[in-house]
Amino acid sequence: MKYYDESEVIAWQCEKCHQPLAMGPVSVEYLGNRFDIRLPKCEKCGLILVPEDLALGKMAEVEQILEDK
Amino acid sequence: MDQKTLTEWESKCIQEEPPECMAACPIHIDVRTFLHYVKSGQWDDAYKIIRKTMPVPGILGRICDAPCQARCKRSEVGEAIEIGEIERACMQMELPLPRSLPMPKKDKHIAVIGSSISGLTVAWDLSRKGYRVTILEPGHQAGGSLLGMDPKKLPPQILSEEIKKLEQFGVTITINAHIEKKYFPDSVLDSFDAIYLSMESLPGKILLSESKTGEQIQIMPQYQVTNIEGLFAGGHSDKSRYSPVWQAAEGRWAATSIDRYVHQTSPAAGREKEGPYKTRLYTRIDGIVSLPAVPVSNPDTGYSEMEAIAEASRCLQCECKECVKVCPFLKKYNAYPKKYVREIHNNATVVIGAHKSNKLINSCSLCGLCEQVCPENFAMQDLCIQARQDMVSERYMPPSAHEFALQDMEFSQSSKFSLARHAPGQLESRYCFYPGCQLSASSPVHVHEVYNYLRSSLSGGIGLMLDCCSAPAYWGGYSDLMKNKMSELKSKWVELGKPCLILACSSCYFIFKKYMPEIEIITLWEIIEKNNNHLPLKHFQHEALAIHDPCTTRHEGTVQDSVRNILNSYGIQIEELELGRKKTTCCGFGGLMNNVNPDVAREVIKQRADESVLDYITYCTMCRDSLASTGKRAIHLLDLFFPGKESVDPAKRPCPGWSDRRENRARLKSDLLRKLWRENSETMEAHEKLNIIMAPDVQNKIEERRILVTDIQQVIYHAIESGEKFFQPATSCYKASFRPHQTTFWVEYSQKEDNFIIHNAYAHRMAVVTEGGSQ
Ligand code: SF4
Ligand code: SF4
Ligand code: SF4
Ligand SMILES: [Zn+2]
Repeated sequence: MKYYDESEVIAWQCEKCHQPLAMGPVSVEYLGNRFDIRLPKCEKCGLILVPEDLALGKMAEVEQILEDK
Repeated sequence: MDQKTLTEWESKCIQEEPPECMAACPIHIDVRTFLHYVKSGQWDDAYKIIRKTMPVPGILGRICDAPCQARCKRSEVGEAIEIGEIERACMQMELPLPRSLPMPKKDKHIAVIGSSISGLTVAWDLSRKGYRVTILEPGHQAGGSLLGMDPKKLPPQILSEEIKKLEQFGVTITINAHIEKKYFPDSVLDSFDAIYLSMESLPGKILLSESKTGEQIQIMPQYQVTNIEGLFAGGHSDKSRYSPVWQAAEGRWAATSIDRYVHQTSPAAGREKEGPYKTRLYTRIDGIVSLPAVPVSNPDTGYSEMEAIAEASRCLQCECKECVKVCPFLKKYNAYPKKYVREIHNNATVVIGAHKSNKLINSCSLCGLCEQVCPENFAMQDLCIQARQDMVSERYMPPSAHEFALQDMEFSQSSKFSLARHAPGQLESRYCFYPGCQLSASSPVHVHEVYNYLRSSLSGGIGLMLDCCSAPAYWGGYSDLMKNKMSELKSKWVELGKPCLILACSSCYFIFKKYMPEIEIITLWEIIEKNNNHLPLKHFQHEALAIHDPCTTRHEGTVQDSVRNILNSYGIQIEELELGRKKTTCCGFGGLMNNVNPDVAREVIKQRADESVLDYITYCTMCRDSLASTGKRAIHLLDLFFPGKESVDPAKRPCPGWSDRRENRARLKSDLLRKLWRENSETMEAHEKLNIIMAPDVQNKIEERRILVTDIQQVIYHAIESGEKFFQPATSCYKASFRPHQTTFWVEYSQKEDNFIIHNAYAHRMAVVTEGGSQ
C-alpha cells in the first residue's frame, strides 16, 4: 500500500551529493516501537526524506495509536 | 478510581432516572419512549413498548385510568399529556401481534380464581414464565368485572377475543367453576401449587369466612401474599375508586410472589421499585411554551391517529442534560456525564487494548460550568483533572497531548522571558506587577503602560515579575512539574521581599489563590477600581458592551464586581450575558482544550460569541483573543485606557499566532530592560537571525500545525550548517529537516539573497532511525 505519491518524491535530489533518491529500507521508531519501512534516500550518503503525505497521514495515525496504547 | 467512587460519581448524574410518567405508572410503562414513537407515527414500535411491560394490553391499554398523568411534567407548562387516550388510540390501530416465545413449560400448576383484570394479569405473567395456569371462573362467562366496562371503551367482542388469545397461549379457562367453600383453600391446593384470588370480582372474604379455617384473609400490600400459605390475592386495590391499572399491578406483584414462593426464593429482595416511586430526574421547563391538551373530537372512539400524534408531540421527552446543553465538549462525545464516568473509569483500568478515552479526558476545559448548571452539581472538571493526574503519574498520558503548551510554559519560565526585579532605582517592593505570560504575549504594550501607571499611582515600590504561573502544567495534570515550577516562582518572590502581587490574568489569580496561598495577591482591576480618577478613558465606547467573565473568575464575585464598578464609574453601559458571573463559559483556552481538541474549542468560543450582537468586553487576554479569533469584535478592559495606536480599532485586533506570542514576550523583556533598567540583553541565537518570509496561507498552515517560526529557522540553520538538504531542480526549492527534541520538522523553502521564503512545513513525532542514531 502506498501512503504517498512517489512521483513527488522523485523530483527531489540530494543537494550534497547531487544524487537522485531511491527507495530503500529504513527503520522508524516511536515510544519504543520499531518498524521497518521503505523510504526515499540518497543513493550515496543515505539522507532520508519523509514525504508530507506520509508524515501527516499514516505516520500520524500510528503515532496516535501508540500513544493511546 | 475505586468501585465505590465510581458508583458515587455515577449516581450523582441523574440523567438516567425515569421521567415522572414512568415513575408514576404502577407498572412502569416506558411512556416517554412510547410517545416518542407515536409522535413519529411509528405505531408498531410504540405498541412494542406497551406490550413489553403491560399485561393483557389489548384490554388494559384500552381502559387504563392513567394515574401517570397526574405527575406529568407537561402539566407545569400546559396540561398533562393525555397518555391514557394515546394508549387507547394505539390499541385501536390494526397492528400485527409481535410474536412472543413461550418459556419452557414448568410442571407447576397455578389456579387463578376469578377472571377480572388482576386475575388475567396473573395468568398472563405466569403463563409467560412457563407455568400451567387454570382460571377458575365461577360465572357463566370469563371477564368478571370487566364485563361491566363501558362497551365503547372495551367492546365485549374485543374482551372475548383477548381472553381467547390467553387460551391460545396455553391458559385453561373453566367457567361455571365450582369451588368447594367448605374446605377452601386446601381443596384447591390439593391439585394446584398456588392460588391467586382475583378479589375485584370475587367476594374473597365470603369464600374464606365459610372455609375450613374461618380466618379473615389478610393481604400484605405490594407483595399480595396472604396469611394463608399458598394463597395470594389482590385486585381490589384502593376501595375508593376503580382503577384497572392498580388492579393489574397487584396481579403482577402477586405473580412475582407466586413465582418466588414456588421456587422458594427470597420473597422481598429487589422489589423496592414496584409501584409508583419518586424519581430524581430533573427537567428544566424554563422557556417552554405552555400548550393545552389536544381535545378528543369523538369521545366514543377516542383520539384519531392524527390527534394522537399531535398530542404525543406535546410530550417534553423529559430528560436532564443541563450540562450537555451548555457545553459543546459534553455534546461532542454524544453522551452525558454518567456515561463519561464509566468511560473514564474503563480508560484507567484497561489491561489490554487502547486507552480509548484519553482524548475525551484531555478535551474538557475544566471551566466548571457543568457543576453550576447541574441540579446535582456534577463537577466534570474534578473528574477530568483527577484522571489526567493519574494518566501522568501512571505514565500513559499521550506525550503529544500537551507538549506544545508545556514548551510554551517552559519558554515563559526561561530567561527569554522571566524576570523578577524591583522598580528601577528601588531597593524594595511593596507591590509587584505580575502581568502573566499571555497578556505579555498578546499585548506587550499593555504591560508597558500598566507598569508605568502602577509606578505613578502606588507608593512603596512596585516591582515587576514576568513569568508563568504554571497553569498549563496544572491543566495537563502534571502535578510534579507544577510543584517544581511553583517553588521556583516562590523563591523569586521571597527574594523580592514577599511583595503583594498585582495580577492581570484570571488564570494566574486562580492558581495563586488555590496553590500558592502564602502569596498575597490582588487583581489589577481592584487597584484600578480604587484609583479610577487617575486613569483617563481613551477609547470611547458609545454603545453598550456585553461582558464576558473569564471562567477562572467563576467563584470570584468581588473581582467580577470591581470590573463592573470600573465600567459603571466611566459611564459605560454593559449587558449581562445569560451565562455570566457564576455561570460564565470558557473561551476554549482553559484546561488546554484548544491544544488538545481545537475543533471543540472553536465551537465553545463560537457559541459564546453568538450569545450577543454587541461588542464584548472581557478582562482576560486569552478570552479576548479567542473571541477575536471568531471574528467577534471584542476588547480587553485595558483597551479602554491603553488602546495602543490610534489608527487601530482595538476591538478588531486579530488574535496573535503562537510565534508572535513568543516573540512578543522576548521583545517585551528586552524592551523593558533597555527602557527602564538601561540594559542591553541581546540574547538572540544564531538561527533566530535568519530572515523568514511567509505568505499568509503558509502562515495559517503552520499555525494550525503548531509549528513555530523558530522551529523553521532551526531547520534552515541546520541545513546550512550541515549541508544536508534536498533540492528540486524544477522549482529550485530546498527541503530539509531537523529534530530538536521529540518532533522532526520539515521545511520546504527557497532562498533569495538573505531571505528564506517558506513554501511549506510539516512535522512528525516518529523518529527515523539511521545506523548512527536518529534523524
Ligand atoms: S412530558 Fe412526556 S416524558 Fe415528561 S412526564 Fe409527561 S409524558 Fe412523561
Ligand atoms: S468544559 Fe467546562 S462545562 Fe464542559 S465538562 Fe468541562 S468543566 Fe464541565
Ligand atoms: S446536568 Fe448533566 S451531570 Fe448533572 S444530572 Fe443532568 S445530565 Fe447529569
Ligand atoms: Zn547524499
